[in-house]
Amino acid sequence: MGAYFSEIFRGLQSLAIGLGITFKEFFKPVVTVPYPYETIKMSERFRGHIELIENEDGTPKCVACGMCQRACPSGCISLASKSVKYEVEVKGEMKTKKKKVLTTYDLNFTTCSLCGQCVESCNFDAITFSKEYNLASDRKEDFHFDLLNRLEERNS
Amino acid sequence: MSLTILNAVIAVVIAIAFAALNAAYLVWAERRGAGRIQRRPGPNVNGPLGLLQPPADGLKLMTKQLIIPGGADKALFMVAPVLAMAPAIMSFVTIPFSENIVARSMNIGVLMIFAFASLGAMSILLAGWGSRNKYGVMAAVRAVSQNISYEIPMLITVITIVMMTGTMDLKELVAGQSGGIWNWNLVPSLSSPLMPVAFLIFFICTLAETNRAPFDLGEAESELVAGFHTEYGSMGFGLFFMGEYANIVIGASLITILFLGGWGCPLGLFPGVWWFLLKIYLLIFSFIWIRWTFPRTTIYGLLNLSWKILIPISLFNLLFTAGLLKVF
Repeated sequence: MGAYFSEIFRGLQSLAIGLGITFKEFFKPVVTVPYPYETIKMSERFRGHIELIENEDGTPKCVACGMCQRACPSGCISLASKSVKYEVEVKGEMKTKKKKVLTTYDLNFTTCSLCGQCVESCNFDAITFSKEYNLASDRKEDFHFDLLNRLEERNS
Repeated sequence: MSLTILNAVIAVVIAIAFAALNAAYLVWAERRGAGRIQRRPGPNVNGPLGLLQPPADGLKLMTKQLIIPGGADKALFMVAPVLAMAPAIMSFVTIPFSENIVARSMNIGVLMIFAFASLGAMSILLAGWGSRNKYGVMAAVRAVSQNISYEIPMLITVITIVMMTGTMDLKELVAGQSGGIWNWNLVPSLSSPLMPVAFLIFFICTLAETNRAPFDLGEAESELVAGFHTEYGSMGFGLFFMGEYANIVIGASLITILFLGGWGCPLGLFPGVWWFLLKIYLLIFSFIWIRWTFPRTTIYGLLNLSWKILIPISLFNLLFTAGLLKVF
């Protein structure tokens, strides 16, 4: 009999504690953000799709070595480059040298698993994760990103 | 003669309008309250403070097609939502909001309200049964067992009060409690020291009778999809929803009338309809508060609570009060 009543009282007590907690929460400020009107800054370690990093002069840091392309397990990176001749002064005399310049850098985000192997394999710190998360479309072409184009858009 | 008919029509129109408006805006209040408790704003886009959300929801529900599933019992399927809303509106007719604001004062008002309230279980049973859906049937079975087991302690508590006050007239019940908080039925007196317990029992039973969380086993989404209204769309669903909230208003009004002194002021000052409304909305707030605090019980827990705790205690209260009434 005693156990019966003590169970009722303990039950009521625990219910009252629960009500007290929600009552306190009721008057605390709202913690969510009304999304389309306001957004929060993504955290430092947020992994969006990859993005090219630029030099000070706005050209991509990428030297088109293709390490990222090779590192990608799903094969979603495809890049192309061309050889460009340029002159440089070495020990007082002008020399003509060749270097590779990135012409296209396409990311097929439909197959990307965001593993980050490409970013890890890059020896020139030329790619990073973007903070982009507003990715929704009903056409798969919208997920084929031309990263070089995006870089230019960012600069313009 | 024509004047009495006009009176009746006006009373019915006001009752329907009050029930519908309350139902619509309690949904808003519930969603805002849930939002606050979970520390998010709740609906706030349509209109100031989201106040245009209920009309928008209503329009959306009304413009949708009412689909009757193949194999369903058409008549029962159509009758059930109406049966959810109609008793609630009927009950409004006899509830006194203040000394003068009552559509039809009856000397058996308590009996009438409980008679109509028990029709609510019928609507759930018919909805679950008529829609030819296994989840619906299971929800109906649950709702009926729940309503039977909670109507018993509820009515025993009401008998206790009727025994004490000697009246079934809601107006007289309130009149007997006028004059201040110390006259309310909630407060224990010499002849009824267990009234707070009776209030608690009645409050819990009201929650269960209106199928509110934590006793909303009839529409337990996690097990039964949407329970008895799984197959309902459009305004059929809307009527169930509105009926639920109208029943909540009835339940809160009953608690106010039976225990909290109706339209009387706690200090005996300025009795009037505003006190009645304040009390029922405070009670409704507590319903919302409870809903968003406690998780749903199991069906066994629900039945155990009623048969092992509420019914014995309310029976004891009845006998105890009867004995004390005989002595004093």
